[in-house]
Parts: sequence; structure tokens; C-alpha cells
Amino acid sequence: MAIDFKLSESIDTQRQMTQMVAEQMMRPVSRHFDEHEHDIPWDYINAMWPIMRQNPMFGVVDKPETAVDPNKPKKPKTGNVRMVHLIEALSWGDAGIYLTTPGGALGGAAVAAAGTSEQKSRFLARFADSETPVWGSMAMTEPQAGSDTSAIRTTAVRDGDSWILNGEKIYCTGGRLSLEESQGLVVVWATVDPKLGRAGMKAFVVEAGTPGMEVTKLEHKMGIRASDTAAVVFTDCRIPFDNVLGNPEIPKPEAPAASADAPKGFKGAMKTFDATRPAVAASALGIARAALELLREQLTAAGVAIRDDVPVHEMSAVERDLLELEAQHKAAWLLTLKAAWMMDSGEANTVEASACKVKAGEAATVITQKAVELLGPLGYTRELLAEKWMRDAKINDIFEGTGQINRLIIARRILGFSSRELK
Amino acid sequence: MISFSPSEEQALIVDTLKRFAKDRLRSIFREADENGELPADLLNKGWELGLVGSSIPEQYGGFGEFSAVTGALALEELAWGDLASALALSAPASFAFAVLAAGTEAQREALLPQFSEERFVNATSALIEPRLQFNPRKLQTTATSDGDGYVLNGVKSYVPLASSAEHFLIYAAEDGQTQAFIVPAKTAGLSVGEREKLMGVRALEVARVTLDNVKVAADAKLGGEAGIDFGRLYARSQVALSALAIGVARGAYEYALDYARNRQTFGEAIGQRQSIAFMLAEMLVEIDGARLMVWEAAWKLDNNQEVTRDALMTKHNADKTVLMVCDRALQILGGHGYIREFPVELWLRNARGFTTFDGLAMV
Ligand SMILES: Cc1cc2nc3c(=O)[nH]c(=O)nc-3n(C[C@H](O)[C@H](O)[C@H](O)COP(=O)(O)OP(=O)(O)OC[C@H]3O[C@@H](n4cnc5c(N)ncnc54)[C@H](O)[C@@H]3O)c2cc1C
Ligand SMILES: Cc1cc2nc3c(=O)[nH]c(=O)nc-3n(C[C@H](O)[C@H](O)[C@H](O)COP(=O)(O)OP(=O)(O)OC[C@H]3O[C@@H](n4cnc5c(N)ncnc54)[C@H](O)[C@@H]3O)c2cc1C
Repeated sequence: MAIDFKLSESIDTQRQMTQMVAEQMMRPVSRHFDEHEHDIPWDYINAMWPIMRQNPMFGVVDKPETAVDPNKPKKPKTGNVRMVHLIEALSWGDAGIYLTTPGGALGGAAVAAAGTSEQKSRFLARFADSETPVWGSMAMTEPQAGSDTSAIRTTAVRDGDSWILNGEKIYCTGGRLSLEESQGLVVVWATVDPKLGRAGMKAFVVEAGTPGMEVTKLEHKMGIRASDTAAVVFTDCRIPFDNVLGNPEIPKPEAPAASADAPKGFKGAMKTFDATRPAVAASALGIARAALELLREQLTAAGVAIRDDVPVHEMSAVERDLLELEAQHKAAWLLTLKAAWMMDSGEANTVEASACKVKAGEAATVITQKAVELLGPLGYTRELLAEKWMRDAKINDIFEGTGQINRLIIARRILGFSSRELK
Repeated sequence: MISFSPSEEQALIVDTLKRFAKDRLRSIFREADENGELPADLLNKGWELGLVGSSIPEQYGGFGEFSAVTGALALEELAWGDLASALALSAPASFAFAVLAAGTEAQREALLPQFSEERFVNATSALIEPRLQFNPRKLQTTATSDGDGYVLNGVKSYVPLASSAEHFLIYAAEDGQTQAFIVPAKTAGLSVGEREKLMGVRALEVARVTLDNVKVAADAKLGGEAGIDFGRLYARSQVALSALAIGVARGAYEYALDYARNRQTFGEAIGQRQSIAFMLAEMLVEIDGARLMVWEAAWKLDNNQEVTRDALMTKHNADKTVLMVCDRALQILGGHGYIREFPVELWLRNARGFTTFDGLAMV
């Protein structure tokens, strides 16, 4: 090994193909789906499904263990590095449409991170086998519980061979696509005993069509309007007992649960974030790259010099702004790449996953806002996409942990304080 | 293929320098700053680690490989220990690596072998000029062709180790283009002025160098008649200085982190307050991001890729990061940060210099 920034040829080829998809299939309809919220980009979805079936971005099913030749060097994994490149390119095309890409999405990622091998094959097979597009989604957030996930109130009560779910989930990305537009699934976080706090939280897989589950609302949003954000209500919703991800035991305060073959409960959710935060960061940076490219193009067309060979103090204010925005973008992208690479290398990457999310969420927000400013009267019109990108970018500083929450996660780790010591 | 883990050889170099920085540099840096000089044997001790020789290929008498990535890793560790020492040790490297990267075959063969010998070679570079709006691509120091050689005129400042240097690499404008000239210390017309007094890096001797009709032979011009691609060489120095900035920032961050864990106010550690904790989280994010930019730019240099804008961006970002980090570190120490018994004020003074430092180091 050595420090190396060269992308493997296979990922680079896929990245270029994805960039073409973004240019040809997303950009031309970007404005339409912004102005027609709740329309579904079926052309894009149907074109992507055959590709995503072969090469899922999230929630990859474990391949059965083949005989391992100890003499052969293990091929290094590259799934996460690949993922961030593809997400970046798709989000350059349109971040809202990217979120409608068929596949397991956050639901698939949660099953992959917290499920047993039996559950992985039972739930994830559809993301490869189905002839028509299928989606997964993840429902943690409730009206009174956003950042503070331990405050969720949706309950799961055991009844013989079943669990019975009751509660209201909001802001579930892709809730409609996974539950109403396909035979998909949603991973629902609920508590088996509210008194236990985080220890009582478990993830349950609810499949589309389960009685007692209803999509009750689609939100109207500032940006990423092509993506549906759904409220999902559970009323005596009965699901099989073995739909609880990981260890089904209810921990007793005095005796910690025996180890199962997969991470469980709250820790399972946190492990998902180690993979999904770099993905959100990558999406943010795809939007930011779009804005930077447009900005450069328009400035050049307007005859504004963008020089590399003068000291910063000789630059115009605009030149200097652009340099600083590009630097923010690069730093955020390299942090994202590193977090993804660590995941592939099997290194603990919680700090790095939060770090890239903090930096990318902020960089994309600042870059797109500044692009609208520097583009002047062009920036603010809906004729160009800059104003849309600014509206789209902001979500990346909010979902999958707000900028503040990710700072907290980093700070606790580096300082060695618990969540009780540093709130 | 994308990878962020240093090679075994690089890890070994980093490890050795970490120990040197911790044991040697961290034990002398405050006293050296107060006294305005480095301990007599320090540069020789540093030299023994093979700082320059290990980057010079065998054909020029060295025992290693020229790699900007390795150089960046090494400089971060040295600067973590002490920036003044790191810059002093960088002075010969800024000369040798420029010759290695941009010299003619004859210049390399003549000048490089000495850098792999045991004795510290006192060589240095002179780029900065003493004026507002200094621009390294528009130097006021001039080189005029004079039949069989060149005549240099002008004033340079911030020249490290100038009073004892045996070889200078003088940057000067020839027909408006920045070129570099190899000038032995004894050359007539070259005079070293009084030591300059700076806000930080006080242990580093820097001085002005005046060139008054200094005559050099034609083969003194780096790269021969064709000269150098200054932009490329300058990028090497921007990346090197950025790596040094990361080292300083990391040192201050680590100190403040440890302090915030332990310092109690109102019955809690100050690190338990978000206003302190979030600063530290952001310091980590910015340092990591800035470091990765350094690595990528260095990697591009090693792979002969275009790097002008990357280097500019990397340096500008590193300059801002080191200042932000050191300022916050001082703030986290409160009143103690302002007191010279604690190291942080020294690091903040050093950090402030990076926007001025130019051409002082090279990878
Ligand atoms: C478009 C969209 C899609 C979404 N998709 C999903 C999804 O698919 N699944 C899902 O489960 N959720 C989803 N969410 C929900 C999202 O994860 C939450 O909105 C987010 O976690 C923040 O929670 P909140 O909105 O309740 O804000 P709050 O938690 O109420 O936070 C409000 C503000 O206070 C800050 N804050 C909160 N706690 C602290 C603290 N301890 N220290 C410092 N500051 C703090 C926050 O950073 C924020 O700035 C989505 C949201 C949106 C808008
Ligand atoms: C040159 C100098 C002259 C001085 N002169 C005088 C004088 O004449 N008389 C006198 O009595 N004192 C004097 N002081 C002391 C000065 O008032 C203290 O240094 C100052 O109040 C900070 O206290 P501290 O240094 O103990 O830092 P700490 O209180 O330990 O604070 C360390 C850091 O933690 C932060 N912090 C502390 N508590 C919290 C909190 N609850 N929430 C968030 N952040 C927090 C602080 O803002 C700071 O960043 C002087 C100090 C100096 C350096």
C-alpha cells in the first residue's frame, strides 16, 4: 500500500457512465420535477433499474463464502469508494432525482448492517430479483424525535409469533416509492420498552402491503422535490416475529443481552450511518460541483479572469471567493473519499464519516449560496439551475444527523466523553 | 488505486521523525524561541536522520527516492515538533530539491552528492523580497545576461541561515520571468545583512541578502539556458509549507484537546461545553481536510500531473487552517494560553507567518 489518489479503471469507467446518465437523463428533466412536486421520474427509474439490480449501491447481499485460498492475496474491497463516486455524479445531475434511484437505499443499508444472514437474503433478494423497480426506506424520525432518536415513541409489542407496531413516523425518504409504488420495505425503528431508552430500540422490517401501515402525507419541500418525503402511520400493524433485525432479545437491565450474530439495536443504526454519511456527503458535493462548474463557466463567459498564477492578495474578490469555494469543495471531497475508503478497508470510521458529513454539508451549503450571489441577476432566476441547487444542497446539512449532531459525535469521540457527559 | 495508508517505508520515516520531534524538538523549542537560536548540535542531529540524503537518488550519491508525498509526511512531523527547527532543517532541502527537480544533469552531479554526507550542508534559498504586495512571479531582483554570464541585483529577505550559508539559490527575474541562480556565499557583491526580527519562528536565523552587481557564470542558472519552470518549483514549495502548517496545527489541536478534557470550570470539564467541544471538532475536520489536500497535491507532483491550482488552493487553505486552529487553541486555554509558560501563544505566533512564508521549504 501507498498513498494513492488514482481511481481504479473500473470505478472510473462507471463514474464516467454515471456522469453521462446525469447529463442526458437527469439535467433535461431537472426543472420539471422541481416544479411538479410528487411527479415520479419513471423514465430515469426504469432506465436505472436494470443497472441497480446488477450493482446495488447500498445493502449488498453477502456472497456465499467460497473456499478461500490463503495464498491468494485478498482483493481489497472498493464498494464504498465506488458508491461515493456514483452518488456524486448522479447528484451533479439532480440530487432529488438521485434519491429516487431504485434499490434498497437506507432501508437496504440498515438490513445489511443490522440483519442476520437469513434476514439479509430474505429481505434484500428483491433488490436483485424483481423485474420491476423496488425501493427500501428507513423510518426513524417522529414528530417529537429528530436528532434525539432515543425519544421515539413508536412501540413494538410482542404477541406470540408477531410484533404489533403502533406509532407515527415522519420525513421518511422514499416512503411512497417503497410502500406504494413497489413491493419494497421500510425499516422502522420502534421501542420494545420506552423505559429502556436506547437499549429498548429495535429495527423492524415492514414490507409493502402489510395491513395497518399507511402513507398519510407527502411533504412539500424547499428542495429535492423529486424525492418523496412521507409520513407513515402504524395502527396495530402486525409483522412476523423474525422481522426484528438482529437479536430479538429484550435486554434486561441487570443482564446484558447475549451476543448475536449481528450488531443490534441502536448500535446497528449507528453502524448504518458510518456508511450512509459519506453517501450524503457525496451527494452534497455533486451538487456543489455542479454549482462550481456553472459559476466558472459563467464568469469566464463574462470575461472575469480566474488566475492561478497570482498571489491571493492580487486577486479580485470574486477570484478569491472562487478559490476558497473550490478549496472547501476539495477538502470535503477528500474527507469523503477517506471515510469511504476506511469503510472498505474495515477500519472504524465513525469520526471520519461524521467529519466528511460536517464538511460537505457546510461546503455545499456555502458554495451553492455563494454561487447564487456571484451569478448576480442570473443566479436568482429560475432560468438557471443555481437557485435550485442552493435549495437542494441544504438538506445535506440536516438529514443523517445535522451538522450539530455530527460535531457532537466527533467531539465525544476525540474528547472521550459519553453522551451523558457531552450533550 | 485509491489508498490513504502510507507505504511501510514512509511509515518508518514518519515514526523516526515523530520520535525526533517529540524527544528533541519538543524539549528545546521554548528555550530556543526565548533565546532566539537553536541549540548548537540540533541541525547536525536532524541531519543524521538523513533528511535530505534519503530523498536523493543513488546516482547523485543519495540513498533514497525523491517523493513529494514522503516529504510532506516528514515535514508535518518536524513542524509538529517545532517550526523554527523544521524551517532550519528545510533550508538545505529547499536548495537541494530545487536542484534535483529543475537542475541540469551537470548541476545535479556537481551539487547533490554533498547533501548525503554526514556534515550538515549549509545551503539555503532566497525568494521573498521586503515589500508589500510581494509577488514571486514578479520579482524586483533582476538577472541580466552579460555575455558569458549573468549579473544579479536586488534585495532578498527572510533568507534562512543566511549568515552561515555556503550556497544560495537566488530567485531573480530575467526578462520578467522568475529564474533561479546558484550563488556561492563568497561571491563578490553578495552581502548578508543584519538578522531580521520576526513575530514568530524566533529561533530561526533569517536575514536580508543584498545583491549588488553579483556576477555569476552562465552555468549558475538553474536548469541551464532553458531555465526553470518556476510555477512547478513554486508548487513544490507551496505544498511543503502547507505540510509544515498542518504539523503546527496538529500540535496546537492536540494540546488544546487534552487541556479541554482536564480543565474544570463550573464543576465540569470545559470540553463538556459545546462551545469548546464544537471548536475542537471543527479543528479536527479542517486539519484532516487540509492534510488530504496536501497529500493529493504532493501525489500529483510525484505523478507529473498539473498542480498549479491545487498547490495554490492547498497553501491558501493550509494558511487559513493553521491560523484558525492555533487561535482557537489559545482561546481554549483561556488566560493560560496567553502566558509563555504554555506553548500555545508561540504556536499562534508561528502560525501567523505562513501567509508570508514563501519558498522556505520544498518537497
Ligand atoms: C427531506 C428530509 C428527508 C428526511 N429523510 C429521513 C428518512 O428517510 N428517515 C428518517 O428517519 N428521517 C428522515 N429525515 C429526518 C431528519 O433526519 C431529521 O429532520 C433530522 O435528524 C433533524 O431532526 P429534527 O428535524 O427533528 O430537528 P431537531 O432535532 O429538532 O433539531 C433542531 C435544531 O437543533 C439542533 N440540535 C438538536 N439537538 C442538539 C444538541 N444536542 N446539540 C446541539 N444542537 C442540537 C439541530 O442540529 C437543529 O439545528 C428527513 C428530513 C428531511 C427534511
Ligand atoms: C495578561 C492577563 C492579565 C490578567 N489580569 C487579571 C487581573 O488583573 N485580575 C484578575 O483577577 N484576573 C486577571 N487575568 C485573568 C483572566 O481574567 C482569566 O484568565 C480569564 O477570566 C479566563 O480564565 P482562565 O484563564 O482560568 O480560563 P478558564 O476559565 O479555564 O477558561 C478556559 C476556556 O474555557 C472557556 N470556558 C470556561 N467556562 C466555560 C463555560 N461555562 N462555557 C463555555 N466555555 C467556557 C473559556 O471561555 C476559555 O475559552 C488576567 C489574565 C491575563 C492573561
